Amino acid sequence: MKFTVSWLREHLEFDASLDALSEKLTAIGLEVEEITDRAKELEAFRVCHVIKAEQHPDADRLRVCQVDTGTEVVQVVCGAPNARTGMKAVFAPSGVYVPGTDLLLKPSKIRGVESNGMLVSEREMGISDEHNGIIDMPEDAEIGASFAVLAGLDDPIVEIAITPNHQDALGVYGIARDLAAAGFGTLKPLNTAAVEGVFDSPIGIELKFSGEKPLPCSKFLGRYVRGVKNGPSPKWLQDRLTSIGLRPISTLVDITNFFTFDLGRPLHVFDADKLSGNIQPRMAKAGETLLALDGDEYTLSAEDCVIADDAAPQGIGGIIGGELSGCTDETVNVFIEAALFDPIRIATTGRTLGVESDARYRFERGVDPDFVETGMEMATRMVMELCGGEPSHVVSDGTGPDWKKQVTLRKARVQELGGVEVAETEMVAILDRLGFNPQDKGETIVTDVPSWRMDVDGEADLVEEVLRIVGYDHIPTVPLPALSAVAKPSVNLGQRRVRIAKRALAARGMIEAVTYSFLPRAHAELFGGVNEDIVLSNPISSDLDVMRPSLLPNLVAAAGRNQSRGFHDICLFEVAGEYHSDQPDGQRTVAAGIRTGQTGGRHWAGAGRAFDVFDAKADVLDLLEAVGGPASTAQVVTGAPEWYHPGRSGVIQLGPKNRLAVFGELHPAVLEAMKVKGPIMAFELYLDAVPLPKGERKTAKSPLQVSDYQAVERDFAFLMDQDVPAEKILRAARGADKKLIADATIFDIYEGDKVEAGKKSVALSVRLEPQDKTLTDEEIDAVSAKVVMNVEKTSGGTLRR
Amino acid sequence: MGSLFYLRVMMQDIETLESELLGEIGNAKDLDALEAVRISAVGKKGRLSLMMRGLGQMAPEERQAVAPKLNGLKQTVLDAIDAAKSDLNRAAMEARLASERVDISLPVRPEMQGRIHPISQVTDEITEIFADMGFTIAEGPDIEDDFHNFTALNIPPEHPARQMHDTFYLPEKADGTRQLLRTHTSPVQIRTMQNIEPPHRIVVPGRTFRCDSDQTHTPMFNQIEGLVIDKTSHMGHLKGVLKEFCRAFFEVDDVEMRFRPSYFPFTEPSAEMDIRCTFAGDHIKIGEGDDWMEILGCGMVNPKVLAHCGLDPNEYQGFAWGMGIDRIAMLKYGIPDLRAFFDSDLRWLKHYGFVPLDIPTLGGGLSR
Repeated sequence: MKFTVSWLREHLEFDASLDALSEKLTAIGLEVEEITDRAKELEAFRVCHVIKAEQHPDADRLRVCQVDTGTEVVQVVCGAPNARTGMKAVFAPSGVYVPGTDLLLKPSKIRGVESNGMLVSEREMGISDEHNGIIDMPEDAEIGASFAVLAGLDDPIVEIAITPNHQDALGVYGIARDLAAAGFGTLKPLNTAAVEGVFDSPIGIELKFSGEKPLPCSKFLGRYVRGVKNGPSPKWLQDRLTSIGLRPISTLVDITNFFTFDLGRPLHVFDADKLSGNIQPRMAKAGETLLALDGDEYTLSAEDCVIADDAAPQGIGGIIGGELSGCTDETVNVFIEAALFDPIRIATTGRTLGVESDARYRFERGVDPDFVETGMEMATRMVMELCGGEPSHVVSDGTGPDWKKQVTLRKARVQELGGVEVAETEMVAILDRLGFNPQDKGETIVTDVPSWRMDVDGEADLVEEVLRIVGYDHIPTVPLPALSAVAKPSVNLGQRRVRIAKRALAARGMIEAVTYSFLPRAHAELFGGVNEDIVLSNPISSDLDVMRPSLLPNLVAAAGRNQSRGFHDICLFEVAGEYHSDQPDGQRTVAAGIRTGQTGGRHWAGAGRAFDVFDAKADVLDLLEAVGGPASTAQVVTGAPEWYHPGRSGVIQLGPKNRLAVFGELHPAVLEAMKVKGPIMAFELYLDAVPLPKGERKTAKSPLQVSDYQAVERDFAFLMDQDVPAEKILRAARGADKKLIADATIFDIYEGDKVEAGKKSVALSVRLEPQDKTLTDEEIDAVSAKVVMNVEKTSGGTLRR
Repeated sequence: MGSLFYLRVMMQDIETLESELLGEIGNAKDLDALEAVRISAVGKKGRLSLMMRGLGQMAPEERQAVAPKLNGLKQTVLDAIDAAKSDLNRAAMEARLASERVDISLPVRPEMQGRIHPISQVTDEITEIFADMGFTIAEGPDIEDDFHNFTALNIPPEHPARQMHDTFYLPEKADGTRQLLRTHTSPVQIRTMQNIEPPHRIVVPGRTFRCDSDQTHTPMFNQIEGLVIDKTSHMGHLKGVLKEFCRAFFEVDDVEMRFRPSYFPFTEPSAEMDIRCTFAGDHIKIGEGDDWMEILGCGMVNPKVLAHCGLDPNEYQGFAWGMGIDRIAMLKYGIPDLRAFFDSDLRWLKHYGFVPLDIPTLGGGLSR
């Protein structure tokens, strides 16, 4: 909402400065977004006297002027044809910024003649396109006077942000009323005297609705004015409109626009001779069309309220008028409309049809329901003042909404909620100034909500009213009492895991990404398929329409983007949600990562190594350990989802029904479909699936058991089928003596022409750690035999001797 | 006389041997040569050893004269060998060190350097501050229903925010309802108040979604909001909490704040909070200056919201605030473009990301 200070002064008497005004507006909730003060911007441009203007010795078109600025006489070289001895002009001294040319003035020599400052044109000042010559000031203009003041540009434009609860401030009068209530200036009364009608309106009003609730148009007032003369509006009215960026059109149209911004009261004026029969606000018939004042033709639906005559819609109620019944310079008889519309229907229709108008903006926020009659009287008066004519009696239908309500404030609530002490008398006084008609009932204040504050409907609103006028800055800042001397943890174990997961993966050299929760359908299809329940109805673009079933596709796409920027060694992770249904339990928290490329590029100390599936396995096992999961006891089996390479992927699980994580090389077909270079190693760890510790919380660790007796290592080599999993062999070996065997590792695997086809040779190292005595050779042999027996039995292989 | 002559010859031989051996020791080029000298002198068949073995055949008076000489020579030779050995060792060490010289200006082996995304880092910073004031973290689902996202928060059906323009909707179900992507983190307020007995002090970080995409808006962004519900907390406490937050977050001694009346459906009274700042080029100094920077929206929880959650507004009250994590991260760390947060450009992530052990704590300092 824009207005100028002089416009505000039409309604409010005040002496305070512009800065004080700005601060007050913001303090009462009418936030000042911008103040444009042309007088300040153009302060340096002042009236001067051209004492002498002579021909430049070396240039036909230039003149050398001696200029009296009021403080000194300076020499200015000027190219304007109208520069002449004795004239009054506008001078800008050196050092001043010239808005029209975007230049900073500097002393210079023009064709050898010294020139200081500039005699300016209107275009150079940035106030118009006029550039036929320098500004010619009247003879009597005082030397040194501010040009902006003389030209009427010293009227700062204020733009304020209007919150949805302050529809009352969508007119300058309402702003003045709120300022006055806040003790800033004195509100001037409006001239609301009724205009006597002298004949009966030939046009009648009938609301024609059939049970719509609330009534789309609950009140409609009309008045016929005959014998008006339309044409350009007077300068003061044009200036008002142009000062806030509106284009003057004709007096009748300008009056409606003026009322919209001055009083927040949208009006419409029909050319009465273009109407047939009576006015009937009604629902549109589906398919009816209207050519509106904005030049567009709108096709209406049965949900839209129109203002029709007997023949056709002549306007979309409360939103925009019709072109065919609009006023022109030839208009002689008019019909003035002042009506009330249902905000919700206005909003719906406006949105459906895509019409933005100042009327819609106000009606959808709620227009003062008690200002219809007054608005009509004031509008009639202005029409008669500016266009002449004779008014009819007012015709109307509808009573408008029942807007009267009482709200009670318990005085104690101001301090209880606001934290500031406000004297009871002050509360009453503030509410009184705001128009709430407060009645002091001791503990409480009973108020009648004013018609222009329909947003107020509860005690908390009244607390806000009192506080905003007192000023939020008067509320003392109070520390929130501490609950305990040392704060308790702010996270639970699950939340803690998310934090740890991020830091653990970053510590492994991976970079955290944050990607969108949605992705292209095609990508979802590659990673588990599309659940139609979680497809967006209104995506931001058609390729971001599905809630992601996995974190990986967005990471893979990110890898692709980085590849196209020339980066090929990429380690990214994300910890966030994936979605499997539209219910809260359909979202699960996953830590996912990808690695592609090499551990490092070409380097003097040797080339990097390509990432392989064991990097992903290491990532996921380390992560599982970091978040407190059973990394050493979980099973690693095959059977990862279809977006992984079937032969190079695995599942980490506690049992077939309790999958903790999956990992592997991504399926080449998936990468091909996403047009991303591979291979890519990936993992997904389901953080929610990692069991939390059961029972009572224990911080004590199990006691460390180390042996002082000599540990023994024995190596074995077995020949077995290629498809026997290593995990199985190790389990068998470890199982030979769980007490004695501390560890078993595989240190070599051979598949090739030195062993039978389809077989592999697996070399194991088993470490024995006796707890209570040094092992004898016999004991070592016995354990070794058991290892051999177990492994042979489990693997179906044989010991190589 | 004969023995006297013999003695003189003996003495001369010892002297000759001494000069020979010392000369050989001095000439030994390496440890092997030195060892050869040692063996030729004091080895089993060494020249000195042979002479010492001859002592046994000498007359006692001769032995008394020669033995000390020979023993002295032996000691001299062994000492000289030791000294030469350490000289040679030192020289060998120096030669080795000289040969082992590397160009330490060479770059190190490449290692992948991990980073934490600014959103995670700033979320940790913010929650760390509120944790100290007794808040716990609450979270909720990204896919919400109409009640939690709108109705319970006093946003009526006709409110513009409910329209397609702002809210992402999922398909309509048979019963006419449709799920949506939460447009703010406030549904978690509702879930908390519905499910847990007051008092409450929670902060809610999380992803939020709006149908908006341009220079300064992304369809997904991150918010954090706070909620305090008890029987006494008022706007003065709200100001207190936010002042402490700003001081701690921006790591300055004081922050001048301004509270302006504003409007949010779920708070009444409502306010927006600005803090003082100065713009110097592309750098923003927070806490002092001539300009105001809008930081967040806040207010006392609307009694209607309390009632929707089954709390009696005459018994319980409290306040809430909310702000954009992405935006406040941009502000604190001078990150220019919101859209880049979600682009996963490695260069951006490495530049604006945080090293993994830079864990924000109040005791250790939030940022470096």
